[in-house]
This record gives sequence, C-alpha cells and structure tokens, in this order.
Amino acid sequence: MTGAQAVVRSLDMLGVTDVFGLPGGAIMPVYDPLMDDEAVRHILVRHEQGAGHAAEGYAAASGRTGVAIATSGPGATNLVTAIADAYMDSVPLVCITGQVFSHLMGTDAFQEADIVGITMPITKHSFLVKSAEEIPGAIAAAFEIASTGRPGPVLVDITKDAQQASAPFVWPPKIELPGYRPVTKAHGKQIQAAAQLIAHAKKPVLYVGGGVIRAGAAAELRVFAEATGAPVVTTLMARGAFPDSHPQNLGMPGMHGTVPAVLALQESDLIVALGARFDDRVTGKADEFAPNAQVVHVDIDPAEISKIRTADVPIVGDLKEVLVDLDAAFQSARVDHTPDIAEWWAYLDGLVTEFPLGYAEPEDGLLAPQYVIKRIGELTGPEAVYAAGVGQHQMWAAQFISYERPNAWLNSGGAGTMGYSVPAAMGAKVAEPDRVVWAIDGDGCFQMTNQELATCVLNDIPIKVAIINNSSLGMVRQWQTLFFAGRHSNTDLNTGHGTVRVPDFVKLADAYGCLGIRVEKIEEVDAAITLALETNDRPVVIDFVVSADAMVWPMVPQGVSNSFVQYARDHAPSFDGED
Amino acid sequence: MSRHVLSLLVENKPGLLTRVAGLFARRGFNIESLAVGVTEVPGLSRITVVVDVEELPLEQVTKQLNKLINVIKIVELEPAASVQREHMLIKVRADNQTRSNVIEVVNLFRASVVDYATDALVVEVTGDRGKIEAILRALEPFGIKELAQSGLLAIGRGGKSITERVLRG
Repeated sequence: MTGAQAVVRSLDMLGVTDVFGLPGGAIMPVYDPLMDDEAVRHILVRHEQGAGHAAEGYAAASGRTGVAIATSGPGATNLVTAIADAYMDSVPLVCITGQVFSHLMGTDAFQEADIVGITMPITKHSFLVKSAEEIPGAIAAAFEIASTGRPGPVLVDITKDAQQASAPFVWPPKIELPGYRPVTKAHGKQIQAAAQLIAHAKKPVLYVGGGVIRAGAAAELRVFAEATGAPVVTTLMARGAFPDSHPQNLGMPGMHGTVPAVLALQESDLIVALGARFDDRVTGKADEFAPNAQVVHVDIDPAEISKIRTADVPIVGDLKEVLVDLDAAFQSARVDHTPDIAEWWAYLDGLVTEFPLGYAEPEDGLLAPQYVIKRIGELTGPEAVYAAGVGQHQMWAAQFISYERPNAWLNSGGAGTMGYSVPAAMGAKVAEPDRVVWAIDGDGCFQMTNQELATCVLNDIPIKVAIINNSSLGMVRQWQTLFFAGRHSNTDLNTGHGTVRVPDFVKLADAYGCLGIRVEKIEEVDAAITLALETNDRPVVIDFVVSADAMVWPMVPQGVSNSFVQYARDHAPSFDGED
Repeated sequence: MSRHVLSLLVENKPGLLTRVAGLFARRGFNIESLAVGVTEVPGLSRITVVVDVEELPLEQVTKQLNKLINVIKIVELEPAASVQREHMLIKVRADNQTRSNVIEVVNLFRASVVDYATDALVVEVTGDRGKIEAILRALEPFGIKELAQSGLLAIGRGGKSITERVLRG
C-alpha cells in the first residue's frame, strides 16, 4: 500500500476516530484515502491553528490523544502555536504534516519550511519520515510518546514522496525507543519519607497541579486527601482535579488565587506538590515563596523536581500509582504519630470566612462579568465542559465556576494562548458529544479564532460561546490601570457598550449560521443562558456586554512575595507578620 | 563556575546534535567543547560535552537532556576516574634558525611533526588539557600561525563500559 494509505491505516489501527486538519499540496496524498476511511472522521477546519487547538481540546476533555493534520510550510507553521501550547500544558497531541519531496528539501522549495527544526524546542519529540516503510512505526511511536509519561506534542513530518511510494504495511510495527522509559512506580523509601513528613506536619497543604488530571488520578487524590485531612489547593491547570464543593478545597492559588489558597501555601510547613511545577504565577517571587515549608514533590517528569524549588523528598512516578502508595504509607505512619492540624485549619477557616471570593458591582452600571460567568456555571452544572480563552475572563471562569470533576475545565495555562477557547471547545464537543460545551471567551480572544464557528456549524458541533465583551484587551487594560498610571495604550477594541461595535458579534454569529444573542442587562442573563442550553441544532454565541472596568481580584502583583496578596484594590489581608 | 565533562550515549538519528545543542542554548548553558563520534555499537554515537556550570543547573540540564527521546544514557566523567584527551594541530613558524629548537619542544612533549615547509612545521599533539596548554606556551615564542583543536574525548577508567550496562539493562 502507499505511504499515504499507511498513514490512514495506522490511525485506524491506533483507534483514532477523529482528526482535525486542512489539506494542501504536500499532504494531498494522505487526504485521498482519508476520504473513504469509515473509522476516522476528518473535520475540516478553517485555519490550522484551529486544528491544533481543537485537537488539544479533544485531548483535554477526554484524555485521548488529539490529532491535527496540516500541509507543509505555512500549514505546518500555523500549527506551531498549538504545539507550543500543548507542550506547556502537557497535552497529548500528534501533529502530522506533509513535507516537500525529499529531493527538494533544503532547496527553499515552494511551501517548504523546516518544521521539525522549528518545533524542536516545543515538541516532546518529532519524526522526519522520508520513506513509506517508516510510516507505521513513526506514527505508532508518536502516539506512544505523546500519551505516556508526561504527555506532550509529537510531530510526524512526512515527505510527499514517502506518501506516494509503496511499502508493505506491517502492524504492529516494531517500535524501539531505548532512550524512553518513563518511571511510573515510585521509590518505596521516598514514599515512606513523605508519609512521615505528612504525619508530622502541623501546617501541611496539598498543592495539586494539572498532572493529577493528566494522570487520571482524581479519584486516588480524593482518597489520599481525605485520609490526610490536609487543605487542598488546585492550580489553574488542576481546577476540577478535586471537587470545589469539598470542604478541604481552598480553591486556586497564585496570582489570582483565593486568599486562603495563597496563604495556605505561603505559610505552610509542608507542601506536597502533586503534578505541579511551581510556576511563577503560583509562587510569586520564588525566593520568598513558602519560606518555612519543606517540600515533597511528586512528578512523572524528573526534570520538574527541584527545578524551581528544591524538594526535600523527590518522588518520580505516575500519580495514579504514587497516590495509592502514599495513602498506604500515610495510614501506617499515622499509627505511630497522630497528625494534629486542627490549629492550622482554625486559621485557614478564618481566612475562608474573612476573604471569600467576591466582586464589586461595576460603577458604570454595566454588567458585572463575574456575575455572567457565575450564572453560566450555575445554570449549566458540573457535567459540562468549560473552555476559556486567556485573560480576565479566564481568571473569572477559573474562580466563579464550580468544578466538580477533572477534564471539565480546559484552558491555556502555561502558554497563555489567546484564541484557544473556540477551537478547543469545538474539539471537546467532538470528543464528548453528550456534554454541554461552553467556550467562555473574551472579545479579544474571540476575534483570533472565531472562524471555526463555520467548522462547528457545518459539522454539527453545537458549542455555546459566551463572549465576555468588555470591549478591550481586559487583562492588559487592568495592568495599565494598576501599573501604568491608567494609560490605556492600544487596548480598546471597540466591540462593546457605547462603541461602533466592529464587529457586531450578533451579526457575525448570524452570518456563520449560529444563534446570536446580545445581553446587556442583568435581567436578560438567565434567559439567554437558558435559551443557549435549549438550542442544540446549531452553535450559540452570546455577546455579554460587560463593564470594561471590572478587575480580577485577589491579586499578587508580579515579582513580589505571595505574602502581599491583595484581596481587592488597596486591600491586603493582615496576618501574623512573621516573614 | 566549574567544569564538567558529560558523556552522552545517543541513538545516531538525524537532527540529534541539533536537539542536544539547542537544549544547551535554550537553557542558557555554554558548551565549551563538543566531540561526536561512533561507538562500538552500530547505531549508537557518543557525544562528549564539556560545560562550565554550577552543580544545580548541571543537574537540571542533565535531566532535560535525559528527556530527549534519542538520548539513552548520560554520565558525568570525573577527571580522576576517567581518561580525558584533547587533540591539537599547531602550525608553528620554523625556519633554519629556529627549526631545531621547535623540534626539541616537540620531542619534549612527545608530540610529532606531521608536515614540513621551509618556513613552518605542523605539530600534532595529544594530551590532557594541562599538556596542551603547556606545549602551546612553549611554542608561542616561535610564532603560532594557525591551530585546530578537537573537542575533549573522555572514557571511564577500569573494565566497565557504559554501553554494555545500558544494553544489558
């Protein structure tokens, strides 16, 4: 069979059911057999970046590896942002790109780009395939690498002559990866040491990161967390890894985290980091982060351990196994020493009461964006999937929607990719067609990738888009208000209240064949959300026209210690001034 | 800063050197010397890298290198527990007046003359860093016209082999 047929056949054999892509010269041979394949549904996007994020959303919502296909040159480079995004957020993603004929490589041929070279720093691995024989092996290895260990993006770049040549199809192919052996079972001694620390800690905190979700270890986490009784904080990437309704959950830590979550980390004497990587948005100034804490750090990627903060007990392993082992070890450790964290909880409970998440009504009388997002969550419920863009609306969506299950919250956490939301929601809806899928987007983000609404309409992918329209690049505007003397340089987008409204999002929705709704008053909010939830024959776009002055609080300003968390503007909580 | 010699056992795949070099550059480490060549096992190459870096960042770069799929094994070779050699070709000015003095230096260092011209000699020398530096100092007064130096090569002392251990495990 031809190399092109081998590509499609390999996807079949790997159980792939959905791929996102857009054809072009160098990948055309693959698209021919793809047309007849019954097992693989190809969804034709309008821009390759959309294919990349859709594949990411597909993976993040379902745990299955996402697949994006593009042609050489610009087709491939349009995938770069999504690949970088998947790399930062450890998303299992396989990108298949066409490459020019191998004899033309290196000659600056039409639509030639060294995509393997370009993506080298942002892929877990990549393959350049120049012969048909190598195709099944490369694709199978790509899936193996993308989905195991710490997941990540893998690129398979296939020359056009390799697609056209014939070779016998051998399955399963022999995959040899002598340099790739992810450690899944942790060292017993380290587990014991960690259990001892947890049993003796007076101020422990479980610092839960996105690794728990990628590992599918939410159930194991719950058992372990309840055994320890320790407070839990869930990072931006880990929202839903532990139920928000659980009394031990203090919410999200970090720059826009809850006061109790930020201070629980900052003042703890033991941080148990579970699939988290001490990102600067969580630690604030790293040198001053949690000065009195010892650290147990569990991660499947050894390079994360002691990268930012030295771990006292490093544990390399798969959280799904490690949490079970840790639980068992803790159960026996506490026989000898009953942990006493009552005083710690009394302090944290005080913070929870004193500093609940909240917001002030905007002074301009326009809608509060936080209210809109809160109602979306309340009316839709925890079984839905929520995919956010990047910026203020992302933070509010992380704060004001209650997440009760893993894979319900999708966002671009590490890379901060504006434009992630609509295509990611599309991918999530393809992966989980029975779930309601919301794209919670900003007016800036929405304008970067809304072309995929066409894809959604034509392929019957009825997502719901809530544009939190503050007529500006809101997060940048907030920083300008706070740190640049209120000089709003180049952040007005003119899409909202009292502007020319270019574009008019309702008309735009209409043009794409979506149901478009505009909401400007508080009393219209519930009705619009309800109508959106009842409309499943096409995508829905709601233009929520909100105040541009609303800000994300609490906030730890950049580059300072987490001790300086501000509950609201000019309002810092007072606590024992030990540090 | 301190100098470390890393020996990487790698799969001989296209682009491998770019991956390794790119990783050093990306994480902000300077490569002082680099040598790449075959090993006794077909398909496997060895990269010997010398980096000037503190202990903690070295640990991080080693871990990052280990994440490269085609990197099979990394060991740090301590000077005392390994043989470390550099190879240098030196074109030194030498005429009828000075030639015998140059040759005396060459003999003293057990180096050899590998090319002759009326106004210059090419000297080949192999040794550890100290020896290379010493012969350079000795030849400098005659006038060094050109020199070419290999990256450092290193291998652990004793009977054990890294490749053997990896392939058995």
